Formats: sequence, C-alpha cells, structure tokens
Amino acid sequence: MLKVKNINTYYGKVHALKNVSIHLNEKEIVALIGANGAGKSTILNTLSGITPARSGSIEFNGELVQSLPPDRIVKAGISQVPEGRQVFKGLSVADNLELGAYLRFCAGESKEKIRQDTRHIYELFPRLEERRKQMAGTLSGGEQQMLSIGRALMARPKLLLLDEPSMGLAPLVVQEIFAVIERLRVQEGTTILLVEQNAKAALKMADRGYVLETGKVIIEGNASDLLENPEVQRAYLGKEKKEIWER
Amino acid sequence: MELSDQIAQYLVSGLSTGAIYALIGLGFAIIYNSTEIINFAQGELVMLGGMFALFFINFLHLPLPLAVLSAVASTTAAGVLFERLTIRPLKAATPLSLIIITIGGSILIRGIAMLVWGKDTHAIPAFSGTEPILIGTATILPQHLWIFALTLLAIAMNKLFFNYTITGKAMRACAVNKRAAGLVGIDVRKMVLYSFAISASLGSLAGIIVAPLTMTSYDVGIMLGLKGFCAAIIGGLSAGAGTVLGGLLLGVLESLGAGLISSGYKDAIAFIILLLILFIRPQGLFGKAETERV
Repeated sequence: MLKVKNINTYYGKVHALKNVSIHLNEKEIVALIGANGAGKSTILNTLSGITPARSGSIEFNGELVQSLPPDRIVKAGISQVPEGRQVFKGLSVADNLELGAYLRFCAGESKEKIRQDTRHIYELFPRLEERRKQMAGTLSGGEQQMLSIGRALMARPKLLLLDEPSMGLAPLVVQEIFAVIERLRVQEGTTILLVEQNAKAALKMADRGYVLETGKVIIEGNASDLLENPEVQRAYLGKEKKEIWER
Repeated sequence: MELSDQIAQYLVSGLSTGAIYALIGLGFAIIYNSTEIINFAQGELVMLGGMFALFFINFLHLPLPLAVLSAVASTTAAGVLFERLTIRPLKAATPLSLIIITIGGSILIRGIAMLVWGKDTHAIPAFSGTEPILIGTATILPQHLWIFALTLLAIAMNKLFFNYTITGKAMRACAVNKRAAGLVGIDVRKMVLYSFAISASLGSLAGIIVAPLTMTSYDVGIMLGLKGFCAAIIGGLSAGAGTVLGGLLLGVLESLGAGLISSGYKDAIAFIILLLILFIRPQGLFGKAETERV
C-alpha cells in the first residue's frame, strides 16, 4: 500500500535521510527503530509532507504523494500522531476530536457519521469522554497521547503514523496505549507505521521492522527475526551488556 | 455642570470610542494569532472602510444599510488582496520582515487613498439623525447607540464563529499549533487568508461607524490603527474579551484624561498606557499564564 523509494531529505545542509526505501503492506504494523537522530521521525515527517524529500518517490495506494502539502496527504489517507502529542491545548477535548475530522466536514460528510466516530473514540479511550469538555492542555501526558491518537483516527486514515507514542509516559499508560494499537489492527485492520525508542515493545507488536542508523536503513526483516538478531539486541535491546560487564 | 455629570459624559463618549478601538484591536489580534505578525496596515483598512462608505453614500447615493455592507465587502476584498500580494508570496520570511512589509503596505494604501479621495476631510451623515438623547445627566448621540449596537453584534458574531463553527475552530487550532493543524488536514494558508478577511471586515466596520462622529480623511488610519494596536496589547493580543476590555478601558481613560486634564494629552495618554503595559505586563492586563501539563 505504501512504497517509499530512495528518498533523500535534508534539514538545510544536513542530509537527514539517505536513500531510504521502505514499504508497508495492508493491515501491517511496521516498526522503525534506531537511536536518537537516526532519522525515524524524519521519515514520518517526510511522509506527512512537513519536511518534503528532495528526491525519491512516495507511492501511496498507487498515487504519488511526495510533493503534496500536509493537508493533502491527510486527504489521501495518511494521518500522523506527532511526537510530543501536539494537541490543541487551548481547545476542548471534544473540539480537538472534531478538528481531527476537519477534512470530512469540509467534504460535506454527514455530522451523524462523524459523531458516531467520536463515540467510537470515546469507547477506545473512556477517559477522554470523562474529560470531553476540559481544555486539552489540562490533560495528563497519557491522556494527551490518547487524544492525539483519537484526533488522528477521526480522519479515518488508511495509514496511521505513530511517532513515539510511549514517550515520557508511565508503564501502565504505555500498556494501555499499546493495547489500543493492537486493537486497531485486529478490529479495524488499520495499517500502522510505528516509531519507537522502546524497541523491544515495538518489535513485539510489529510484523516487520526497519533499523535505522544515521539516516540509513541498515537492517530490515520480520519483527521476530529482528528481536533475535544479535546486532539489534546489542545495539537497541540492551542484551549482552551483562556479559560485557562480567568479562 | 457638576463634576459627576461631566464624568458621566466622558464615560459615554469614552466607551463609544473604546468600542471602535476594540474592533480594530480584535483585527490585530486575529491576524497575530494566525500568523504571529502585527499587521500595521490594519489602520488603513479602517480608513478604507470610512472612505468606501463615503463613496457609496455620498457618491453612488446607495441606501445606508446597502452602502455599509458594500463598504465592508469592498474593504474585506482589499484585505484579502493585501494578504495575497504581500504575505502569501513570501514563503520563508520571518515575522519581523513581514511586519515591516505591512508598514510598507500601509504607506502604499494611504498614498493611493490620498490620490483617489484627495487630502480633504470628508463628512458622512449620521446613520439616524443627530438629535442628542438625554440619559440621566449625560447626552448621547444616536450614532453612539449605533456604535454600541453594531460593535456588540460584531463581537457576538465573532465569538459564535470562533467557538461554534468548524472553520473558526480550525483557525484557533492554527493559532495554537500550526504544525499539528497541518497534520489534521487544515490548510494553514487558507486560515491566514480568512484571518485577514475577518480583520479587514471588523476594521472597516469600525471605520464606517465612527466616521459620522469624527469625519474621515486619507490619514485617519494611522492614529486609529495605533489605538487599536494599543487595545490589543492591553488585552494581551487575545482575540476575545481581553482585547475588547482593553479597547473600552483605553477609550474611557483617554476620554477622562482629555476631559479632566487637557485634551492636548488625549493621544499621549494612549501611548503612555501602551508603554506602561509593555514595560510592566507585556502579557497584557488580563493575560494569565497558560495552564499546561506535560
């Protein structure tokens, strides 16, 4: 469904993505792992049109989307849950969700249908319903993350990009959010591209994974293989450290 | 006249001038919130409102409501054109250079207005007569009532738009977080254009309803624009109650100062307030620290 071929992205003169090629099949969860600054978030931002690629192609469901502005990419069916939540702090939880469906409102979709989806989000994250009239800025980090995911889902994306959904959250909250991501895949068949620092948790959930280092894909494969891969274990999963210490 | 009578009179005229400042200030705040620039051409849009009204009433002899609507529509079109020609083409410009461009734009608009309408001061007839109405010990002109009514109407419509329509909410979302707004599919540049249109229509309304009281000429925009800017600063550049209160406060203080101290200090009072606010409470009188949890 998504084919990214040889993209190169720059921040000014910094070459952030070097000939990156990845692909996603329908209903897959694919994890991007790697150290800070490896280019994981840059891939998502290039897909979303925030930092457009200077060369290469991005094909989504047969449509070339690499030079579209962010709003058109959402229209094409790719929604991003950005790093650090980025909810609209001065607006209520309900308004945040409503804005997630902005393009559907513009397209003249019936309000009842959109309201149904809002109810569905409240079902996924009951805590959001309790706080629907509260300003988004007053929510806890975990609740903001739920809101950010809910807001992206309101656009009914075919592909969901998740950027560090577990960042800075308590383990229990992380479990809750990962459970919802699993549920999205099982119940709704949402295709998900997941960026995570927590490589182990990400690979456990994912079907496949790509390991990035300094803007390049260095390893790719099935998630279970990556979990067993000694190099991945050493660099990103913290295994073997013990042996090194004991030596 | 007793002092208390005088003060009542100053309050009435101060509140009506303040309402005008509030409308202009809202224009500043709305554009600031969507673009982070201070549009110093805002005053010229106020002037254009009055001038277009003059054109439609005195020259084309349109009936008053139609003339007012046409003047607001023409000025809104001018505001949209201004955005298209000055802000939109510059992709990577910093807010500072855009602000300077708006100053340039204001000089240009003023120059064109001078060529079209001349340097004379023009009068616009009052909307419904000039017979003063006695309220207690103060007198009030029918035009003052028009100012209060239309300002209230404009503010109420503004509030409804920003709180209850999806486009209004999208504009607020852009003000809070442009990147996230783009990520939910909001076309940020379109919202910027809308903010110019709304600011132009508010500003032109201010220019139209004040013109019968103060007359109008090609250069009224400078002072009215600065006063509106002052109101927005007092209100912490909020596109809501803060700026409205800021405008009213400024109008009343100006009027009291002019009446009780000396009318020569009228403008100075506004700018002293502006400086004091910027020195002591740059977040505005009513600005509060943002509630934020991470």
